[in-house]
Amino acid sequence: MSDRKLTMSEALREAMAIALEERPEVFILGEDIGIYGGAFGVTGDLYHRFGKERVRDTPISELGIVGTAVGAALSGMRPIVEIQFSDFTAQAMDQIVNQAAKIHFMVGGGLHVPLVLRAASGSGTGAAGQHSQSLEGWFANVPGLKVVMPSSPYEAKGLLLAAIDDPNPVIFMEHKLLYKVAGTEDVPEGAYRIPLGVSRVVREGKDLTVVATGIMVSRVLAAAAELDKEGIALTLIDPRTISPLDMDPVYESLEKTGRLMVVQEAPEHGGFINEVIAKVVTSQSMGHLIAPVARLAGMNVPIPYAPQLEKAAVPQVDDIIKKAREVVANWR
Amino acid sequence: MTIPPLLMGHPLASKEHASYALLTMSRIRKFEEAVEDLFGRGMMHGTMHLSIGQEASPAGVCMALNLNDQITSTHRGHGHCIAKGANLMRMVAELLGKENGYCGGRGGSMHIADVETGNLGANGIVGGGIPIAVGAALSSQLMNKGTVAVSFFGDGAMNEGAFHEAANLAAVWKLPVIFICENNGYGMSSSTELAFKLDKLSDRGLGYGIPGVTVDGNDVAAVYEATEAAVARAKAGEGPTLLEFVTYRWKGHSRSDKNLYRTKEEIDEWKTKDPILHFEHVIKERGLLNDEEIAEQHRLAQEQVIGAVNEAMKGKPADPAGLLDSVFKKVSA
Ligand SMILES: Cc1ncc(C[n+]2csc(CCOP(=O)(O)OP(=O)(O)O)c2C)c(N)n1
Ligand SMILES: [Mg+2]
Repeated sequence: MSDRKLTMSEALREAMAIALEERPEVFILGEDIGIYGGAFGVTGDLYHRFGKERVRDTPISELGIVGTAVGAALSGMRPIVEIQFSDFTAQAMDQIVNQAAKIHFMVGGGLHVPLVLRAASGSGTGAAGQHSQSLEGWFANVPGLKVVMPSSPYEAKGLLLAAIDDPNPVIFMEHKLLYKVAGTEDVPEGAYRIPLGVSRVVREGKDLTVVATGIMVSRVLAAAAELDKEGIALTLIDPRTISPLDMDPVYESLEKTGRLMVVQEAPEHGGFINEVIAKVVTSQSMGHLIAPVARLAGMNVPIPYAPQLEKAAVPQVDDIIKKAREVVANWR
Repeated sequence: MTIPPLLMGHPLASKEHASYALLTMSRIRKFEEAVEDLFGRGMMHGTMHLSIGQEASPAGVCMALNLNDQITSTHRGHGHCIAKGANLMRMVAELLGKENGYCGGRGGSMHIADVETGNLGANGIVGGGIPIAVGAALSSQLMNKGTVAVSFFGDGAMNEGAFHEAANLAAVWKLPVIFICENNGYGMSSSTELAFKLDKLSDRGLGYGIPGVTVDGNDVAAVYEATEAAVARAKAGEGPTLLEFVTYRWKGHSRSDKNLYRTKEEIDEWKTKDPILHFEHVIKERGLLNDEEIAEQHRLAQEQVIGAVNEAMKGKPADPAGLLDSVFKKVSA
């Protein structure tokens, strides 16, 4: 299985094909996932391989799609919903937030909702305010939902298979700029699972601990390569799932670095990364900090259309380099 | 660059009306051809949804509307915007991400709005504009404006909850709103056969107690007549109408479309039902315009579009420095 550098689309498709083969109760539903192959080409040929019953094209009815999936999940099936752009989860919010997330708890445990909702997230395509948001924080604020943000093809495949196995509703946020990029790691051909709720230490360095999600993982890696040349060594931690959130590797790393930087694409105000900061400063870990926490996030603006505006609205590699330099230089 | 003043009335009412209807359709077509070209040359980013082949609907509808009548539009909204009277240069400038574009580079193709011509905006959300048009109509009713609101949307949008809730509200409140479904046969890749159990989408009106009418959406005169009747009904306080204009999108849904869900034969067949050629045929037959006069409208349209593109290119790129200040309208002291 040497040299399997897949794109994230390919890796996700492999995961879904494995699940469709392994479990008769798995099926996929969403808009244009059939002959069209998905708005971003993720389902690709699955329609031809598994048929229109299991790879189901739907009318444009997000609330109906998610609600139907919830009902099917309550009744023995294991649906994977594809929402073309995560922005359109807004249409389906009742079924996600008021229904799927709470049913197991509210009925006292007798029902559960094994549902995966995949959605294309994030900016960078020039699609403006209603097609570019990073809404993961909304869902992380709803108890009962698990929220996954894969950062590479390898991660995406293993996390999606684990999400499909999970007996709970899982929101799976796929950054659209990652779909077509080949990963640096080989993606094993067969099934493997990456457990939900376990953070990954992507790289280790002595100067600064960086927690970053989704596409920001690759941006921080690029920044880290530059900073290496200057003698600034970053530790990078990818939580993988922002809910549940595994903080242990962050605490451990802070004992060594004493400096924390958090990076996300979503707007800063009320964003998920603030939770990481809160956990650190309300724990023993606070005692290890030798510098104020650095925070890099999207501007508090809707994602704009023009390329120069869109770039300015979310953290880029240069912004990360600059900020990391500052933290390390100012706090020796 | 001169923008023709809006002209109301039947497209076949006079030589002037026929010229205007033809010019509007031609401007839409040439604008979108120019957009496709800009995109192809990498000068425009994002995505685009072209309405080539569907020009009769916006042109015919807007000849039944006053300047202060309002519209809500869709992701496929260049035609609606142009027919309502928008400035072509500012449209192109927006697509190029310029400061003088309609949205100052913040919205792009899917979000152009034009306050002056009553265009409440294109929309990136399928069905998003439908309840908004109902709200505009409510405001007209409450404030006795005497205006109507028109919501343009696609066949696909009729399966969103937003359509159903909006239609019912408009019906029970007898609002001066016109629901215009531009049925081009597909919502992205799903054909109306797959997405509906109805032959005529206008039959949906029945469920809300709203008259539903289906007409040939490639016949600008038929579009005008249906709209004109709906406007009269709305202004008489009789409530909303659902119009279905049957048409076809020649181009892919957006740039990423490989057209796997339809045949080339089908596309070619619909090209023979070109709304522009059809109208030319009718006006020649009726002796309203001759070949030369027809060519003149196309020449004018081309000239306006080229002028708009050239002028827009000179604009200043939108400046990121202004972003944070654009989120909220300033609270007046
Ligand atoms: C709520 C929502 N769901 C899905 C989409 C993605 N999408 C954009 S246009 C489109 C098809 C719309 O079909 P229709 O309403 O018939 O309009 P047409 O494109 O044919 O003009 C889809 C699925 C969207 N923008 N918004
Ligand atoms: Mg359509």
